[in-house]
Parts: sequence; C-alpha cells; structure tokens
Amino acid sequence: MNRFAELLDRLAYEPGRNNKLRLITGYFREVGDPDRGYALAALTGALSFKHAKPALIRDLIAARTDPVLFGLSYDYVGDLSETVALMWPKQAHGNNESFPGYPSPQPSPTSAFALRASTDERGEGAQRSTAQSPDASVTIAKQSKREGHTSLTVPSPLVGEGQEGGYRGRDTNVSSHPSNHNSPPPPSLTEVVTTLRTLGKTELPRQLERWLDELDETGRWALLKLVTGGLRIGISARLAKTAVAALGDKDPHEIELIWPGLAPPYLDLFAWLEGRAEKPVNRDPAPFRPVMLAHAIEDMDFAALDPADYIAEWKWDGIRVQAVAGRDDRGHITARLYSRTGEDITGSFPDLVPALRLPGAIDGELLILREGRVQSFNVLQQRLNRKVVSPKLIKEFPIHLRAYDLLGDDENDLRELPFAERRERLETFIAKLDDPRIDLSPTIPFASWEALTAARADPASAGAGEDADAVEGVMLKRRDAPYMPGRPKGQWWKWKRDPHIIDAVLMYAQRGHGKRSSYYSDYTFGVWTAGDGGDELVPVGKAYFGFTDEELLQIDRFVRRNTTEKFGPVRHVVHEPDKGLVLEVAFEGLQRSPRHKSGVAMRFPRISRLRWDKPPREADRLETLERMLKAEAAEIEA
Amino acid sequence: MDARVKPPPIGFGGLFTPPGRRSLTETASPRMTGEFGAPASYIVSMRPQDILLPVAAGLCCKPGGFHIDPVRPVERAVITHGHSDHARAGHGAVLATQETLDMMRLRYGEHFAGLTQAIRYGEEIRLGDVTVKFHPAGHVLGSAQIAVSCKDTCIVASGDYKDAPDPTCTPFELVPCDVFITEATFGLPVFRHGDAADEVKKLLASVALFPERAHLVGAYSLGKAQRVIALLRQAGYDAPIYLHGAMETITHYYQIRGIELGELRPAKGVKKAALAGTITLAPPSATSDLWTRRFPDPLTAFASGWMRVRARARQRGVELPLVISDHADWDGLTATIGATGAGEIWVTHGQEDALVHWCQSKGLKARPLDLVGYGDEEESETPIEGEAEA
Repeated sequence: MNRFAELLDRLAYEPGRNNKLRLITGYFREVGDPDRGYALAALTGALSFKHAKPALIRDLIAARTDPVLFGLSYDYVGDLSETVALMWPKQAHGNNESFPGYPSPQPSPTSAFALRASTDERGEGAQRSTAQSPDASVTIAKQSKREGHTSLTVPSPLVGEGQEGGYRGRDTNVSSHPSNHNSPPPPSLTEVVTTLRTLGKTELPRQLERWLDELDETGRWALLKLVTGGLRIGISARLAKTAVAALGDKDPHEIELIWPGLAPPYLDLFAWLEGRAEKPVNRDPAPFRPVMLAHAIEDMDFAALDPADYIAEWKWDGIRVQAVAGRDDRGHITARLYSRTGEDITGSFPDLVPALRLPGAIDGELLILREGRVQSFNVLQQRLNRKVVSPKLIKEFPIHLRAYDLLGDDENDLRELPFAERRERLETFIAKLDDPRIDLSPTIPFASWEALTAARADPASAGAGEDADAVEGVMLKRRDAPYMPGRPKGQWWKWKRDPHIIDAVLMYAQRGHGKRSSYYSDYTFGVWTAGDGGDELVPVGKAYFGFTDEELLQIDRFVRRNTTEKFGPVRHVVHEPDKGLVLEVAFEGLQRSPRHKSGVAMRFPRISRLRWDKPPREADRLETLERMLKAEAAEIEA
Repeated sequence: MDARVKPPPIGFGGLFTPPGRRSLTETASPRMTGEFGAPASYIVSMRPQDILLPVAAGLCCKPGGFHIDPVRPVERAVITHGHSDHARAGHGAVLATQETLDMMRLRYGEHFAGLTQAIRYGEEIRLGDVTVKFHPAGHVLGSAQIAVSCKDTCIVASGDYKDAPDPTCTPFELVPCDVFITEATFGLPVFRHGDAADEVKKLLASVALFPERAHLVGAYSLGKAQRVIALLRQAGYDAPIYLHGAMETITHYYQIRGIELGELRPAKGVKKAALAGTITLAPPSATSDLWTRRFPDPLTAFASGWMRVRARARQRGVELPLVISDHADWDGLTATIGATGAGEIWVTHGQEDALVHWCQSKGLKARPLDLVGYGDEEESETPIEGEAEA
C-alpha cells in the first residue's frame, strides 16, 4: 500500500503526460503481482466496494485527538483525508498522548547531554516506525513514561528497534508477544482491496483504524482517498492502460481490445506483457474495438486529393461512441456502449440499450433528438456526467445513436473491408434493426471540392435541413480505407466548420504548470460592456493554448513588461482603450453561466491570433456574445 | 521599576563582558550598579516578564540592556542565528556566535553593526544584571538558543530550532529552564517531518527515473541548501552539484567552516544539454522563473517543511515536494517543551494558537508572544532582482 501511495502522491504533482506514463510503467515494472494488478484496477476505475462516509473518518480521528487541535489543523489543510493522514497519532491509546512528565529543572550539563544523545538517536525514521505498531507502542509509551522520571529521554529511541524484523504473519496475536519486535507490516494494496470487498459495515471502522496505525503518512492519505472514493489524481483509464502496454512494448490498442475480458488483478495480462504467457483472449461477447480517428484537413491538402476517392458525411456535434452487441455462451444478447477511449458508459444511457438487439458493432455519434430534430451539444451536455439517470432526465433528453460505420456484423469482423463496402453493410444493418433510436448518418453527395465547400458552408440546404445547427463540419473518408485503430495518415479527414471568432482584450495572465511554469501562459480575456463610469472590460473566458511557441514568448514578454499588479501567480496586465493586447479568440459555442460575471461561458476557447495591430478599444462587445447566446439558449429551453 | 531601569550607555568596547570581569560600562556608570543593587527580596520575586518583555523592536531584556533578535535597529542586540528576519543590520552592537556574525557580514557588508562580539556555545557572559549563555539550536550553522538568567529565574529564548539530525550544524541541546520561549512555525499536529534522508532518496530516485531532465531543488540559501547538499553526499551522490548564483557565497562559507559538500559548480554558463541529469540548488523564488529556461525540461523540487501539505506544494507548482525542514515539527516542539521542565511557555511566530492550547492542556502556563517581523524564512526570501531575460 505504501508503494502504491507513493505512486499516487508523485502522480498528483506531475503535470506531464509522458512523465506520468513513466512513473506508472516504472511502478508496474518494480512491483509484483497481485499488487500491481489492483493498482491498475484502481487507476482504471475498475475497483468496486462500498465507500466509507467522511463522517466515519471524522469519528476515527475524534476518538484519538484533541478536537481543538483537529479543528485548527483541518482549517489549515483544508482536506479531511489529508488532515487525518497527517495528524493520525502514533500511539493507539486514545487521547492519552504519551507525555513523560516534566522532569524538574536540572540545570546540569549531564542531563542536557542525555537528552541530546537521545534526540540524535531518535532519527526521524523512528517517528514513522511508531505508527506501525499500535500494540507495541503502548508498551513503549509506558516504558518511556517510566523512564521519564529517571532520565530526560523524551522521544523514546526504543521505538526504532525491530523495524526491519520481517513479517511474522498477520494472524499472530501481537499482544501475546510482550516484545516490541513484532510490529505488523503495513497492509499491501491487495490486502486492502480484497478486505474492503468483503468487509461488513460494522467492521470497517476497526479495520481502518488498524490500517491507519500500520501505514505511513502517504499510505494513510491514499487509503483514506481510496475508501472514501476520492481518488482524483488526474489519470485517465486510457493513460493507465498505455502505461501498462509500455511494460511489454505493446500498442495500447491491443490492451483496449482484450481489456473487457480482463479482471483484477490481471495476472494473465502481466504474464503476457512480460513474455511469460500467451496473449489473453477476450471472451467478452461485446468487446470494445479501438477507434479510428481523422486528421484535420488543411487548405493545401485538397490539391493532392481526388474527390472521387472520398465519401463525405456530416460531422455531428455529439459524443463519438461505439455501440456493441453480442451473444454470450447461452445465446443471450449483451449490449454495451463505449466512449472513444474504450470506457464503458452503458450505465449512463440505459434508454439506448434495448435498441441494440442485433449482434454487431456500430461506430456512431450520441445525440439528443427531440421530435426528430437533433439538438445542439449544449443540450446533450445536460445529460452527461449525471450520477443518477432519472426517468425524468431520460424523458427530457431522449438519447439517439446516429451510425457512421459498421465494424462487426454478427460474428463477422468487417474492419478489413473498404469503407464503401462497410457503409453498404451498415445501411442494411440499420434497416434490419429498424429502431427509431438508431439511424444512419447521411452522406453528402458532391462532385468537386467546390461543391463540398458550398455544402459545408450551408449544411441546411445541402441535406442537413433543420439539424444543420448540430453539424460541426464535414468528414471525408476514403472509399477504400479499412477501419484502422488510431489516426492513420490520409484515410479520414475532418473538416470542421469555422469556429466563432471574437476579438478580446488580455486582462490577466497566470503562470502555467510543468514545462510552462516559467511562462505566463494562461490568459483571462474580456470584452467591452457599458459600466457605471463608461465602457469597461468584463472577463468572458480563459485560454491557455492555440498559440505557437513563438507567440507564447511574445505574450510572456508583453505580460512581464505591462504588469499593473501582481497577486501571487496572477498578473494584472494593462487593459485600457489604447493600451493593451488584443487576442483573437476562437471558440465552438457559448453557454449562459451564472458563475461568470459576464454571464457567458465559452466552449473550447483558444487563442487563434495575436492582434498587435488592433487597439483594445476596437475589441468586441459583450452584446455580440449575448446575441449568439440567445439563439443557443432558446434551444435548450425548447 | 520600568522607569528606573535604563540600558547602560553604549560606545565602549567589551560591552558584553564575561562574569568575573567587571565591564567598562559598570565601572564607568556607578549609577547603574546602584540601581541593580536593589534589595534581595525584590529581586527574588522578579517575574519572568521583568526579565524579558516583547516590545515593538523585539524581545527586550531591560535588566540586561539588550534586545534578542530585534527587528529594528537597537543599541545592543543579541542574535540567535543568521536568517534575515532574526539578524538585521544597523544595531549599535551585536553579540552572536562567530558564524552568525560572519553570515551577517557576508549578507550586509563589513559595517553591518557598530561593534560585534563573538560568543561560543556554552560560554556565559554577564550583561547588566543578567547572565547570558549560548547553546546550540540545531537550526542552521551557528544558530543558538539564548539562556537569560537573573537570580533564580532562567529563561531560554530558543530562536528557531530543530531536534532532528543535521550534518551541517551542531545538534540541538536541551536547556532546562523556568520559561521556554519557543517558535511555532510548524505548530500544528499535521506537521510531522519524516527522515530527511528518505526525502533525499526520493530526489535521487527521480534523478534516476528522469536522467534527461534537470532537477531544480528550491531551498533557502542559508542552511537548507547546504543541508540538502550534505544529505545528498551522505546518500552517496558524488556527481558535481550545481548552484544558483545567490547560493554561492554562503555555501562557500559553509565549506570554509569545514562542512564537506563535495564538488560544487555554478549553474551559470553551463550548456543546457550538459545540465541533463544534474541537480541544481536554487532559492525557491528562482525555481519558477525565467532563470529555469536554461535547464533541459526542468523538474521542480522544493525542500521545505511546508511540503508536508499537498495544497501548499501544488500552489507553488512543485513537482517533487521534499519534506525537509530546519524547524522542529509538532512532535519535536511538544517533546522539547516537555523536556525543558519549564512551567511557563511563551510561543512566538507561527501557529501559536495550537501550541498554546496544547501546553495548557498539559497543565503548562502558556501564552503567545506577539512579536512581529518574524516568519518563515522561505516565505520572506525576496525574488530574484529584475527577472532579467535569460
């Protein structure tokens, strides 16, 4: 557990993706089975047990510490698990902190040296070690209490002893051994996970207390985060799988393929990755298939492409998913919905599952359809990330699958077939399914790039009709392209609709993280609005990408030279009608937001250009954004 | 009594005189002797606050005519250690350990005080009506606790201290006393600093894992930086260690005083690629600024007791927090307080509330001393001048 905690701790501070990968891969290499398997499960969210309530943790600490000291500490630290982990008292005997009485002042040098010797010995390792032996430390505390009267020994150096004395078995009754050489070792991750799975609710407090006594600070922190379900460390399941793939020099897609058939602690997976066994076979009746992605097309790319080689279709602004159905051993249909990273999201969309009644694998887009009309992404967002999918939610936001591609038809894997052929099979499949919740994404007929350009500029009159607002652009797929995982070159292109653009004024800049920690790379920008004393700038968003490295240097220099005030890592940058920097900001959409002073929030904002040429007074006004907002807001409420 | 006690006049050499030798001051000022020759009964009933009293300039010893770690210029200053919030320039006379005096000289220049006098650990000096004795505080090189005794009452002003091992300074010595004045920088039970050697192992493991990156370790330039270097050497790291320019002088001084730090090189002027896989020590404020751009994919570490709290580390953008502190942690503070045998505890800078509460719950008289101007040296370290483009 301590080693796993160390990994989590380190990951929590590491901003770089590649470095995170190396830390995780390093852990998998270093730690044996089955611990690393449970770690992989924890990182991919594959662990399941009933979480402990914060109130339980509060009760545990209240039984051991002074409430005033706990209150002051909690105020300072601000996080319950961390406060408890940090201040968890070493002794296991309640409030009765060991305090060896006050020796009367003996201003003789000998007694001073006696203490000095013992503090030297104390080392700090000894401190930690006490935490590992609740029962033994009671004995020690008593010992030092006795000694307190005869010498000035305060932090008992004895407690450091016996630390390395190996594992003697958890079942040994520690209290039957009067010696303090028998500290139970801290629990392994495996022990924690397997115990939590079966532990009754009433047994949990005592068990947690035991573990807290045995673990070090980081271990306690990780344990509390794990049992309360608060393990937020900025690691996606995909990243963890990529890290484990690196252990055996494999492509992460291979892991995704077999993943649904695997279960913690993944012994077969690690055996394969380390070359000790054959690749595990995915016996899942509805497995995920690694997704094929497109490259963004640039103007100059078209010259080399022949329109006749491509099929075009609308790029819908929803969530890319894979809907898979298959027959299990008994012939029953199992249906699953996966995100494009392979995450199983079936639970969030129970209303779609009955529609997936034919064995096959559809690549498509999740959308909200109301009276046959596709709603904008803003509407779809109301259905996402909900803990409870209520009947009301399902009714108000009816889910729909728009199909792009067919990867499997019953037992047949279609991925090697050319796209044109798969498309035909898809049309047949959807027709056979004949379900109102699933339909076909239409293709866009075109003969030349000019014709497609026109269609993209006006989807409504090019076939998208009333759904045009939900069109995010155009997809181009080579007729002969097989379905390949990842982003293969020259097969699929995305040609997104032009983003919304506004000119905004840089107001505040903040230092970035990791590689960018010496750069002011996070920018808050604003637009003009009428204030009490004339026009003033109101912040409308924040962006930290979109610029080139060279532009970053330029903005960084501008920020440093034009700072009006500093607040920690944030700098106020000059923003007056005639002094300041205008940023061209591109974004995908707008939403009303009570959290922002301006009342609007942008979707996917990024810096598209630096307008050194433009004085701030000529930047856009809030009214422009409000007009765009009205159009979109009307839709959500519809 | 306040009205009658005046500090002895200033302006003579040997202001701080060992007991047994009559000081020039006393000879020259019979008025003073008269004043301190008060009836014995009066002196015996002397309260601790009559010996040491917090005033705006710092902790004032009226019967001795001096201030301890004054934050404003005073006539006579007795200084615990060289950190800038305790050791300031401009006093008439300064009594401190040789190391502290040297550090002040390095920081403020030759004329940082009118007069100076060095005192050794264990040495006792009579000042006015009190005796002053210096004891090691284990905080940084030359740091001292100051025991002030007047008749039967002994007060120990411990300055900043730690009871954990440190290869770069004399270990903390416990001084039994009646009143113990303690800092409370880490005066909350959440602050428990582990073994510093383990933290250094973490750093070395990171260097091994990321050999193409430069590791920048933010550390206060007086004390912490040298301790980290010494710990690295103890852990067997024998490659050259690089230094930010602001660290060079004081680190060199440590070497002169016989602290083994191995091969040290200035980071300035070294080619970027050559810094891959190296460790560089820098003031904390430098590790997140332009200066770092000379390093290949720098990884920021920070050696401080504050790193125990994750939010603090994240706020600073630290990637590798190293919990290495030159202050006593909660266990160190409470163990020390208990062991001094003092019945009364005065708590200065830091988290006074929690420590005062703890003392009271253990039946000790305790109160916070409202002294302003002291803080955690890491927080007060000024940023690098001008943030020159690099």
